[in-house]
Amino acid sequence: MRFDLTDEQKSLRHMLAEFFGERFGGAQGVEAIAHTTLDAVLWSAVGELGLAGAMVPEEDGGLGLDLLTATVIAEVTGHYAVPAPVVPSILAAWLIATAGNDEQKGKWLPKLLGEGAQAAFALAEEGGWAPADWTLTGAHLSGAKLCVERADSADLFIVGGKDGSLAIVEAGSATVTPVDTLDRTRPLFTVTFEAAEADVLTTDGTVAGRLFDALCITAAADALGAACAIQARAIDYAKERKQYGQLIGSFQALKHQLADMSVELEPARPLAWYAAHAWDMGQDDAARMAALAKAHLTDISVKVARGAIEAHGGIGYTWEHPAHLFLKRAMADRSLLGSVNVHRERAAALAGW
Amino acid sequence: MDLRYTNEQTAFQQRVRSFLAEQWAPAENKRDSAFITRFRQLATDEGYLYRGVPRRYGGSEQAPDVIRAQIIREEFAAVRAPMEVPGNGVALVVPTLIEWGTEEQKDMFIKKTLTGEYRWAQGYSEPGSGSDLASVTSRAELVGDEWVINGHKIWTTLAQYATHMFALLRTEPDAPKHKGISYILLDMKAPGVTVRPITQINGDTEFCEVFLDDVRTPASMLVGPRGDGWNVSRSTLKHERNHIGSSTRTMPMFRSLVKLAQRRQINGRPAIEDPRIRSALIEIEGYLQSQLWAGYYQQTLAANNESPGVLGLVNKLTTTNFFHRVAQLSAEIIGDDALLAPKQGRDRGGDERWVNQMLGSLGQAISGGTSNIQRNIISERGLGLPRSGSEN
Repeated sequence: MRFDLTDEQKSLRHMLAEFFGERFGGAQGVEAIAHTTLDAVLWSAVGELGLAGAMVPEEDGGLGLDLLTATVIAEVTGHYAVPAPVVPSILAAWLIATAGNDEQKGKWLPKLLGEGAQAAFALAEEGGWAPADWTLTGAHLSGAKLCVERADSADLFIVGGKDGSLAIVEAGSATVTPVDTLDRTRPLFTVTFEAAEADVLTTDGTVAGRLFDALCITAAADALGAACAIQARAIDYAKERKQYGQLIGSFQALKHQLADMSVELEPARPLAWYAAHAWDMGQDDAARMAALAKAHLTDISVKVARGAIEAHGGIGYTWEHPAHLFLKRAMADRSLLGSVNVHRERAAALAGW
Repeated sequence: MDLRYTNEQTAFQQRVRSFLAEQWAPAENKRDSAFITRFRQLATDEGYLYRGVPRRYGGSEQAPDVIRAQIIREEFAAVRAPMEVPGNGVALVVPTLIEWGTEEQKDMFIKKTLTGEYRWAQGYSEPGSGSDLASVTSRAELVGDEWVINGHKIWTTLAQYATHMFALLRTEPDAPKHKGISYILLDMKAPGVTVRPITQINGDTEFCEVFLDDVRTPASMLVGPRGDGWNVSRSTLKHERNHIGSSTRTMPMFRSLVKLAQRRQINGRPAIEDPRIRSALIEIEGYLQSQLWAGYYQQTLAANNESPGVLGLVNKLTTTNFFHRVAQLSAEIIGDDALLAPKQGRDRGGDERWVNQMLGSLGQAISGGTSNIQRNIISERGLGLPRSGSEN
């Protein structure tokens, strides 16, 4: 009985915190973090870390790690509001390795794992985000997918279709329209297909369910990372900012607000880990825990991020200060894949209530 | 991450289960105090209870093992078997005596405390010393070979049933405030001890005022060095810190709340079908599952002697906030029954029993260090923010 990360997971977390902290963790301004187009230098450096293959089996050239590891990575990318689709790449490669045939694996895994190809998930439609809400059908897809992250630089789309089918569509056969996106670190696009050629990965809806749960769990961890980062910045600020001749961090009103943030955040991390572990073990409660974690962590993270901006005073409300990037990151994680109440209802229904 | 038990741990779990199946499950007299005492003795002989207490004082003297302690707790809870005698005696006095007590004190008190024969009142708080405990003014003067005690204690849990008191008393009036206090034991039947129960907002009388007027106790009832009572009082269980972030109280309460929502009606339908109730239940469960897994995480850290950091400081507030959320939602569910006064004693009445939880959740926010004191501790010890207040 051991409820903790492995030493390998801890050292990976440490290594990634250094890697992204160096680039985005210090006094870098908003423009350094909020890239509206994918920074080729950053993407190439991320590619050299070999993260895309994190969940790909070793026999397919990956690292053979689990979703818990990806969840740890997601928390780090949220913590530094990393403006690159690190986690989507991991899950796209996992999906192709899990559900793809030899031809699909042979075609895409080397590109994703070694050549810097970028995948984007095209799932949401007007009716919602979950597999049950997907409507596109046929070998030639027509229709629109909403809220597709960094579609402008994607080489391939993973497209969700009717009954939870999943297909690969190459970037050239889709029209990509930018959306003026709240979260500047993860710009979104509308992607339109007109009789686009779809290379079907799977028609097994359980795979789509697994993918959706994995996206929910990593979004939860991403939000937690963003909230912890902005709380840490608020604490640092409270230790240097003086008013009325005293550090503002000595005022109980502010200390108690910052303490209450820890009461929200600290116990939430083990819930994200457990949800990932339940997914890894294929447990019966995996989908319910994914919904519960998505609702809970994104909800508290936005709450904490709001409080942390308030703790910064006026400077926190400026565009120039990076605080808002973390708030918006957490807000995006809250809305992506379905709102808090959508996931609470899912968790209630899965409990049989 | 590996949530399975090792073979050795599984075997241990089986032994605990068999023990409970033989000694507890078949019993028909589960409420009989003589039977419970005998059961506790058998469980102690097996090494399941009083694991941190040496055998010569009535304990089972087991090597510290967080996982075994957890298995025991889970298995006993599953069949509702009684564990150690509840109260301050086992939780606070026994570990303090093991660390600081004289042989005479250990022989005199530990065994009878473990069996429940001696019950202890905690003489710490005073009318003028609540959160600021080191400011106690009740005093003890050494006259010949006796301490003569005068003062006034308050919020003394179950003092009306206690046989003894462990008290923080000022023995060195001229020393600085943390230095002049001693930890002294006294007999509640001694002349000069007056106990007055305090009626709480829910009608219960769990607390008392205790007046101490020229109460005498032998000089040998001083525990630890004279004037060092502040340190002595801070002794805690070093072995298997049993209740780290535990959800043993919150989990059953949540299950009862779900059952309540399934049974009660709102607008002619089960309350649990009301979207607001469903959503609020899952919101509460988010906090509950966080507490549960944060508890397992802290158990693992404790087993490896690693510090939980800030997480280790938030546990009390987690429980307090949980109780408050349950209180709010239960009021929504029971409707007009929330207008009724809760009953006391064995007859717990109907759903107005949840009113007791609504009021009791406030007690949780105040007792054992108020929520604002918890926030001070988190922000100062956990987040490294400057201390507030002039005297610290």
